Amino acid sequence: MKVALFIPCFIDAFYPEVGIATLELLERFGIEVDYPQEQTCCGQPMANSGAHADAAGAERVFARNFAGYDYIVGPSASCIHHVREHLTAIEQTSEVRKVRANAYELVEFLHDVIGAREFPWAEFPHRVGLHNSCSSLRHLKEASVSEIAATPFSKPRALLERVKGIEFVKPGRPDECCGFGGTFSVTEEPVSVRMGQDKVRDHLNAGAEYIVSGDMSCLMHQQGCAERMKADARFIHIAQVLNGARE
Amino acid sequence: MATREAFLAKVRAAQPPARPCPDVPLFNTAGGDLRARFTAVLQAMGGTCVEAATASEVSALIRERFGDAVSIASASLEVPGTRALTADTEPASLQDVDVGVVRARFGVAETGSVWFSEREYVVNALGYIVQHLIVLLDPAHLIDGLQDVYRRDDFRDARYAALVTGPSATADIEGVLIRGAQGVRSLTVVWLAA
Amino acid sequence: MSRIDHAKAAGAFIKKTEHVAFHDKRLWDLREKRDAQAHGIAEWETLRELASGIKEHTLSHLADYLEQFAAAAEANGVVVHWAATAEEHNALVHEIMSGRGMTTLVKSKSMLTDECKMREYLEPRGITVMETDLGERIQQLDHQDPSHMVVPAVHKLRADVAELFGRTIGTDPKNSDIHYLAESQRMNTRPYFVREKTAGMTGCNFAVAETGTVVVCTNEGNADLSANVPPLHIASIGIEKLIPKVSDLGVFIRMLSRSALGSPITQYTSHFRAPRPGTEMHFILVDHGRSERLAMEDFWYSLKCIRCGACMNTCPVYRRSGGLSYGGTYSGPIGAIINPTFDLKRYSALPFASTLNGSCTNVCPVKINIHEQIYKWRTVIAERHEVPFVKQEVLKMAGRLLASPTLYRATVSSMGGALRHLPNFVLYNPLNIWGKQRELPEAPKLTFHAWYKKNRGGGDGNA
Repeated sequence: MKVALFIPCFIDAFYPEVGIATLELLERFGIEVDYPQEQTCCGQPMANSGAHADAAGAERVFARNFAGYDYIVGPSASCIHHVREHLTAIEQTSEVRKVRANAYELVEFLHDVIGAREFPWAEFPHRVGLHNSCSSLRHLKEASVSEIAATPFSKPRALLERVKGIEFVKPGRPDECCGFGGTFSVTEEPVSVRMGQDKVRDHLNAGAEYIVSGDMSCLMHQQGCAERMKADARFIHIAQVLNGARE
Repeated sequence: MATREAFLAKVRAAQPPARPCPDVPLFNTAGGDLRARFTAVLQAMGGTCVEAATASEVSALIRERFGDAVSIASASLEVPGTRALTADTEPASLQDVDVGVVRARFGVAETGSVWFSEREYVVNALGYIVQHLIVLLDPAHLIDGLQDVYRRDDFRDARYAALVTGPSATADIEGVLIRGAQGVRSLTVVWLAA
Repeated sequence: MSRIDHAKAAGAFIKKTEHVAFHDKRLWDLREKRDAQAHGIAEWETLRELASGIKEHTLSHLADYLEQFAAAAEANGVVVHWAATAEEHNALVHEIMSGRGMTTLVKSKSMLTDECKMREYLEPRGITVMETDLGERIQQLDHQDPSHMVVPAVHKLRADVAELFGRTIGTDPKNSDIHYLAESQRMNTRPYFVREKTAGMTGCNFAVAETGTVVVCTNEGNADLSANVPPLHIASIGIEKLIPKVSDLGVFIRMLSRSALGSPITQYTSHFRAPRPGTEMHFILVDHGRSERLAMEDFWYSLKCIRCGACMNTCPVYRRSGGLSYGGTYSGPIGAIINPTFDLKRYSALPFASTLNGSCTNVCPVKINIHEQIYKWRTVIAERHEVPFVKQEVLKMAGRLLASPTLYRATVSSMGGALRHLPNFVLYNPLNIWGKQRELPEAPKLTFHAWYKKNRGGGDGNA
């Protein structure tokens, strides 16, 4: 299978280690991963601001870079959600449709396509607060949500559970939004920060040493809040944990 | 009416394409002991349940709880009131009555509710303007759930019908529960066969 | 009218640490109670589907159902009026009352009458309006909109109410005991129900076309008092309240209070079909922008709303903002998608007061796709050049930057540049804002792109 790596713009710029961990993790499963080097951004920042037409250029670049792959894998639920649901500013050729349908968030890809469950190289002997972003939960449906009665399931947790030494804590509001929300984090700064502070406090009160998530944007926001609060919390992306990071 | 025609024309022009109406099935219910279920939910909603073998026991119950000087307006022929109550009674005249007595047509196990129409109340305001309400309920007149209640014909003939569940309540200030907001301060269901 | 600055108002509310902590906790508690009820009913998701389907069917045949409703009501002896606008509604109420020499109106809660600004119309014309719902009364006395559809004064603490009542209805301003305050309102309001020359008004939760019945759900019993004591009962009815049959109430009544408060039913569920002998009943059917909304292909679904407030309770933004920060009768998620239809510019910030997390959509008993409509509104607002926080030109520039791999790479590649030129940040000049209460992420030595080039070689064959 032909697999391409999609590195969201802010991970490229701020958190390259998450991109590296994603690449290495996929390769551990024997997957040959291409990294189309002309990729820029999926278009979400413009689209989420309502500038639907202005997202077309970025979306075109995305579709061009990722054409012809069986799977496009990216470590960000919000970006993948945008590609699958909202990459609509450009003509919907059959090629574009294929790109959109073949876009996978990392956890989805590992859990559903590869069927990965064992990570024998990984060890993470810490108490973890698992933060599933709203995109991963309510848009990509990677886990059950508290609003809707259903047999509980969680793809991120199913992967992490197999990591040696890991312990999960139970925050009081496990699936309440942390308040990043993209542009919201700046345009509604007071509420965004309050939400981030509450989220960090919730995890810490539950005993978390680390907050782990598949969405680095959420973690960037929570970490920003935590550091300013001088709260003793550490943050790490799920790709890094599954790839064997010890801390 | 010109206004009515223009009003409806505007709505008609705005309607989205027709959608069919879904069929609403009857769902399986908890079943079980209807009286026990009713009692549990009513208590959670702030009401109480007592038992009486005869109507005179009800009168005794009222006097015991509210004193001998209690004023009673009774819509039920079984329990005498101290105040006359007929269809011509002015609603406002009941404002100083302590206790209202009324027999419910039926109760609902799912919600702990009792059902009245103007026939049961005689004066509709009785259920709300008095301070305390005593409700006579025949345990044989319990219906399982709201899905059953709303398939009954009782609503067609009633000018006014009410599903009443416990006493009046509000939690508008800091979420603190208050019984006796605008309506009755207490509601007591008395199990008494009709 | 000028744009509502939601963020600023929310910021002010958050500074009131006791208020925001209580507000958030209280409404989350209602959300959890809703969960308990919903999870306890095996068919809950099916009920949502049915409720949504019944409403969509009704709205797509609304004119027919309105005619059926009016015919049934008139056959029952009810007088039916048609108000195309808020002004017509208010004028009708005034006309009905003054024609009968009535000078006092006791009423139960109606968001529609708040929407129509009915009190502001009636009071200068000599009609005393008494809001009988405790929360609405508090807000009336304080000259504020209700801040929540179901618990209108949830943004206030007991000391606020004590001070307010002390100022307005003569209670002891130092006594903030809630039983005392509630009892004081009861005793202060009660005389109005029995006053002479008084009419009673209710809103309408559901209008049943089959029988011409108006259904009103309260916990206080104030609707029943307002309707059953005075000799005149006026019901104000938004046209979207129509449902086809009495049996449909078996779906909606099961869901309303469970969604709103996490209780199986409201203390009072009242069904008004015909006036008491010797009295009058009037129904006023109100459009006021609803038919315009019905014609909006993307947005008519908001008309399904049954006013439960569950979306507000679950919304993490609303719980920390308070309803007044939305600047309109409707707040929270439903407010964000309804208010722009009244005034797009004034309410243009509301669809951006959202993280698009989607919880509202999951709790809505009639399955309004709230977060999707919020997203769509953003596009509409951007097309009208009313995005509150950024100029259209900046969005265009950002779009061009991200469309050009060379430009983008040049911008991001340098260590210092990365922090300052990230796409999101290009849009919003945000470093100052981000950094107010948060640390900025550190700039790494190499971007991923540079790392890949260095460690894995360039070129993968793609353009």
